[in-house]
Amino acid sequence: MLRRLKKAIMAPAVSIENLQKRFGSVEAVKDVSLQIEPGEIFGLLGPNGAGKTTTLRCLCTLAMPDSGTIEISGVSVLAHPKLARQKLGYVAQEVALDKVLTGRELLQLQAAIYHLPRGSVKAQIEQAIALLGLQEWADQKTGSYSGGLKKRLDLAAGLLHKPDVLVLDEPTVGLDIESRLIVWNFLRQLRDGGTTILVTSHYLEEVDALADRVAIIDRGVVIASGTPSELKDRVGGDRVTLRIREFTPLEEADRAKAMLQMMPFVQDVIINAAQGNSLNLVIAAQSDNALTTIQQTLKAAGLPTFGISQSRPSLDDVYLAATGQTLMDAEMAASSQRDLKAERKQNMR
Amino acid sequence: MSQTITPANVLNGAKSPSPAIAPADFSLAEFVQETLALTRRLFIQLQRRPSTLIAGIIQPVMWLLLFGALFQNMPRGLFGTSQNYGQFLAAGVIVFTAFSGALNAGLPVMFDREFGFLNRLLVAPLASRFSIVLASAIFIATLSLVQTSVIIAMSAFLGAGLPNVLSLGLVAAIVLVLVLGVTALSLGLAFALPGHIELIAVIFVSSLPLLFASTALAPLTFMPNWLKIIASLNPLSYAIEPIRYIYTHEHWVLSNVVMESPFGSVTLGLSLLILTGFSAIALLSIRPLLRRSFA
Repeated sequence: MLRRLKKAIMAPAVSIENLQKRFGSVEAVKDVSLQIEPGEIFGLLGPNGAGKTTTLRCLCTLAMPDSGTIEISGVSVLAHPKLARQKLGYVAQEVALDKVLTGRELLQLQAAIYHLPRGSVKAQIEQAIALLGLQEWADQKTGSYSGGLKKRLDLAAGLLHKPDVLVLDEPTVGLDIESRLIVWNFLRQLRDGGTTILVTSHYLEEVDALADRVAIIDRGVVIASGTPSELKDRVGGDRVTLRIREFTPLEEADRAKAMLQMMPFVQDVIINAAQGNSLNLVIAAQSDNALTTIQQTLKAAGLPTFGISQSRPSLDDVYLAATGQTLMDAEMAASSQRDLKAERKQNMR
Repeated sequence: MSQTITPANVLNGAKSPSPAIAPADFSLAEFVQETLALTRRLFIQLQRRPSTLIAGIIQPVMWLLLFGALFQNMPRGLFGTSQNYGQFLAAGVIVFTAFSGALNAGLPVMFDREFGFLNRLLVAPLASRFSIVLASAIFIATLSLVQTSVIIAMSAFLGAGLPNVLSLGLVAAIVLVLVLGVTALSLGLAFALPGHIELIAVIFVSSLPLLFASTALAPLTFMPNWLKIIASLNPLSYAIEPIRYIYTHEHWVLSNVVMESPFGSVTLGLSLLILTGFSAIALLSIRPLLRRSFA
């Protein structure tokens, strides 16, 4: 008993080891291991079809893994699904509300299926409504809600029973910027209140801004994990975007590329045709005066500088370094191969 | 507006003792709580979208009025001890109406599956997933009793007579047992079939054959032998015949013979037993579907 208690206190909030799940011939999750510490926002980043949702569905007891272990605070999800469900709040990607119910009625149903004590339910529902700014709409049917309102109600439902771990699948997909900021702030506040949050996204900026730690998942495998800045440091180098003119002729870009490649601190140069033949450079990190040196060299060769900027690598660069393609390319490739009908079937229970 | 609410006090205020180590035993109080809440949802839906109930009352009334009129001029005595075809038909319409209502019970669950609402229930720590079945059964049973009352009143108005209170109680009990079993089967289909198109197809092809291959519209004595056998295997017959018997017999006991099947005489008691057995098997057979993948 004491050992179990100790284990529960010491254990990570979520521990997933060597998770594997296939649907027919499709290996949705090949090998995913994640350790999520209590009170952190953990971002699971990857293109559509990488296995993020399947991982979450296994965690939330909606899908049975083929192999691997999943623990929440040291308690096995497979052995004690009911206990796991009490500790988890799950906000699915698709908002599923009953359009005939009002927001308040939905929360009342949610409270009952989580067996909240009747005495405190009313106050808790009021708090959740206030927390997500739903006072004005709580007594209207959810069928009349906008997309952002639906998501906020879904979030209110997900946290109503005060889960230890809140799991959100793509919480900001399709939201307007204002609703997105509300969701972000809300998640940060929750985290500061001690809740562990696992959030998936295929928006790089979102994960970068929100997550304390990140795992990048691709084709069912975790290919990198750490804090966002650790991951970026690991890729190394700074990024420079250079535009000679607003729309540079290819011949000028080629000339500049040849010159830039000779410079000692430049590691790589590519011409980005999609951005009017701008030049994307990887240079040694913290190179002093790199931008000035580049501009002077170009000027000496008779080439102007329309714009130049230096930045640290982004998570997209991390993804690029690990997989050899950008997240957006992976997204396009994945979306052309997806069998949406089969996926809908997997998600139906 | 001096009060600000942050997630911190939502999450940490009034936090109940952590169930981290507590065993997750079945709790009757939890089961009742979730069943009531799920039932309430169905009744709110009914209240705001009453068209199914209205249609469900108009339809049996049309059966009685129009179908009853078709055979109104049949010679007396052709339909056994029934006074007239209207009286004969009442039992059939009561049972068939309850049956088709219960057969449709799976549709809302199928839509919940398709829209992802069911996932909301499945990720929750339900005491038992049977609460989903029970809530549907309570809902459908209530509707069926309302429909049955209307049919009985309408039949009385058309000259079928009104059974006494004890008999009415038995009619209600028969309707409830049948509805429970058929609701279970329909929910089983809703969990097993891929989508609502398939479910509607199954409902569509199964309801009329089950009606015609029962004693709802004509007695066994009318049927060729092969149909007699099928009708005697049809659970609907075991709901229809007892109701029909008590419509024509003010005093009844369980040992009264209500049907002469090709397999032998069926008493009122045996008929009820067969019906109860059917419902029990239906309920048991959907357990594995509810447990599928993760219980």
